[in-house]
Amino acid sequence: MVKTLDKFAIGESGKVISVSGERKIKRRLYDMGITNGADIYLRKKAPLGDPIEVTVRSYELSLRNSEAACITMEVTPNV
Amino acid sequence: MYRFCLAGNPNSGKTTLFNGLTGSTAHVGNWPGVTVDKKEGIYRKCAEPIAIVDLPGIYSLSPYTQEEVIARNYILDEKPDCVINIIDATNLERNLYLTTQIMEIDVPVILALNMMDAVKKRGDKIDADELEKRLGLPVVEISALKGEGLDKLMERAYETCKKKREGKTVIENTALKHLIGDIKIALEGHGVKNPMFHAVKLVELDELEVLMHKETVNMVEAFKKTHNDKTFGDDFEALIADARYKYITKYFSPTLKRKNEEKFVVTPSDKADKILTHKIWGFPIFLVILFAIFHLTFSENLFFLGGVLPEGFGKLEGTLFEGVFVGDSGINSLGVMLMGVVEVLTGLVSELVGGWLSSSPEWVSGLICDGVLGGIFAILGFLPQILVLFLFFSILEDSGYMARIAFILDRALKKFGLSGRAFLPMIMGFGCSVPAMINTRTLADEKEKLATVRVIPFFSCGAKLPILTAVAGGIVSYFGVGNVDFITYGMYILGIATALIAVILMRETTLKGETPPFIMELPAYHAPQVKNLIMLLWDKAKHFIQKAFTIILASTIVIWVISHFDFSWNYLTDEQMELSILAGFGKLIQPLFTPVGFGSQLKAFGWVFAVAAITGLIAKENVVSTLGTLAACIGAAAIDVEVDGGVGAVSAMIQATGVTLPALLAFIAFNMTTIPCFAAVAAAKGEMASKSKFNWTLLFWVATSYIVSSAVYLIGTAWWTAFIYLAVLVVAFVVIKLYNKKRFAKEK
Repeated sequence: MVKTLDKFAIGESGKVISVSGERKIKRRLYDMGITNGADIYLRKKAPLGDPIEVTVRSYELSLRNSEAACITMEVTPNV
Repeated sequence: MYRFCLAGNPNSGKTTLFNGLTGSTAHVGNWPGVTVDKKEGIYRKCAEPIAIVDLPGIYSLSPYTQEEVIARNYILDEKPDCVINIIDATNLERNLYLTTQIMEIDVPVILALNMMDAVKKRGDKIDADELEKRLGLPVVEISALKGEGLDKLMERAYETCKKKREGKTVIENTALKHLIGDIKIALEGHGVKNPMFHAVKLVELDELEVLMHKETVNMVEAFKKTHNDKTFGDDFEALIADARYKYITKYFSPTLKRKNEEKFVVTPSDKADKILTHKIWGFPIFLVILFAIFHLTFSENLFFLGGVLPEGFGKLEGTLFEGVFVGDSGINSLGVMLMGVVEVLTGLVSELVGGWLSSSPEWVSGLICDGVLGGIFAILGFLPQILVLFLFFSILEDSGYMARIAFILDRALKKFGLSGRAFLPMIMGFGCSVPAMINTRTLADEKEKLATVRVIPFFSCGAKLPILTAVAGGIVSYFGVGNVDFITYGMYILGIATALIAVILMRETTLKGETPPFIMELPAYHAPQVKNLIMLLWDKAKHFIQKAFTIILASTIVIWVISHFDFSWNYLTDEQMELSILAGFGKLIQPLFTPVGFGSQLKAFGWVFAVAAITGLIAKENVVSTLGTLAACIGAAAIDVEVDGGVGAVSAMIQATGVTLPALLAFIAFNMTTIPCFAAVAAAKGEMASKSKFNWTLLFWVATSYIVSSAVYLIGTAWWTAFIYLAVLVVAFVVIKLYNKKRFAKEK
């Protein structure tokens, strides 16, 4: 299943298919390791539901829902 | 002398490594033209001394943040003899991403593989020799924390720096590789230095590169066409970032052998986060921590044990340190204890000097004891609390909790047009505006940064606290109403409210813009480094003392002189102060303060508040000490501000001037929101790109303080005027919103 990262539920994970959006934000996402094929796990949401905390390349990254919406993912089915 | 620089990701242990290498030789300056700290020091254990420069912590050499541009230009232009690239071994892939960019520059590079102990603790293994082979760069395992491997690192760096090195790229994608190769050859033909680095950046159409090599952009476009490949989209930045990470996962990551093969391991940090960023408990926990910090810094009744202590417990009655550790209300907090110790010591010095000067002319002993020593000691008395507060905030920052605070609060701050990151500098404003303003450099967005710098002074700093406690204390003791803590707390809230309203107004009008991104690492929690904290505090203390002995000393002497001489330069005793130059000036500007309650409506001595507010512009510490000096002048028996924190001085002022309670609150509000001290003004100026922005900022502070304090005065005098202010505020918001909507529609 394909959906953007902001639509993920806590505990879901997936692989990055593509990153879109404004150049600056895109570059920042790439620099932080969110490139095609990277595995991302949605670990947690902030108390007010935004931003979110994900695990990528074995470290914790926080980003807003609006930024997560730029990341299209292939959902990894839970085993 | 050889010059090495340290480059690496934030939170990779770079500061610890720098402190370990340079020790006491370190000094902090500024990168030219910007206010990002530049730390330099000397390493002496090699065959010859080596200068070490600490570059700002960065994730990439992209052109989008100040720090990245500084680091990149330093390596390219200043040509260090060696780049020591520090790598957090627990976070290999992302850290090596920066390495793949640095190694494209023609400079010797050595890798310092830090935090190997943490890797081993997890049961993981990194084959450093294999990594060295695959990277083609020397790799040395170190533990910056324990100081292990530093000498070996420097030894190998010393060997490395003597060998020339040509930039190499890891980009393997065949078409991309050929494209970069062609551009590199063309650049070499033009005699461009670091051709590999520039070639890659030109392919990315990097903003800085395009500006620097305008003439080559067309050539790059032409090359791109000849290498027309269906794998090329139009996003070359994505292609290159992708290529780097692909290479890293393919060749470098296998040198890491994990014990736990699972992709998303739950670390101790994650467990801590379960509580600290909990949906319900996260925010209350943060409030409790914040309260604890202020309690430990300022409380005179630590843990509220005052009532249960046995009579006379720990008061050390009759000794030099009477009341320093345990006072009348209870056990003192760390900040208050240290302040007490400083007061005892400065008191001894004052007595000693007073004894020496007892036979000299009156104006000499007055100038030295009251003017010079009195001023300096009053300020040094505040130093401990400022440092303790700074220490706590540094601990929060170093431990990684500060990033979580930003995470919890981002959504709330977004409403004000700010990112969660703006919260850190603002809250640091409670300690001191100067480091808080300098800290705004972590904000990538210029407008957000400007708005933040402007409102930082409203978060009442440590030096403003004595104004709060002295005036509030005066109110309580003279009018017998309220409670010092309550008034102090209320004024803090007023400052925060002012800041938030001001931010919304600015972000909707003069500083309109998109809310900046919040793509931020949440570093693993770790214990803060005592050595780093001590170095940081030492640096802060040094700056503060420098300020005390320069700006504040000078201003104290000036104030003492103009308050003890009349216009024909005759010496005046304290009782004759009404004739002084300062009083004359105060009377001249007194009417300006009528709308805020401490202007023309006051009795003969009304000018004292005007004078105190003016001296407060030089340094906020001066407000209370000026009140103390003036109280002594207008007839109150000699009042020592250091003993009762200025409460007596304020009480005497109330009696002499007939100032009302609302006007006193307005006086606090005015001093809190007006132009901050010189040091903070200078810091603010340094964070602003243009002179006009700075001038507008000064005007903004004056206007805000006038509006806020007049509101306090009027609402305090006639409560129903609150509705007028509220109505004006609401109308202003509605008008701005409507206007923006209209303009937005027009732009569309």
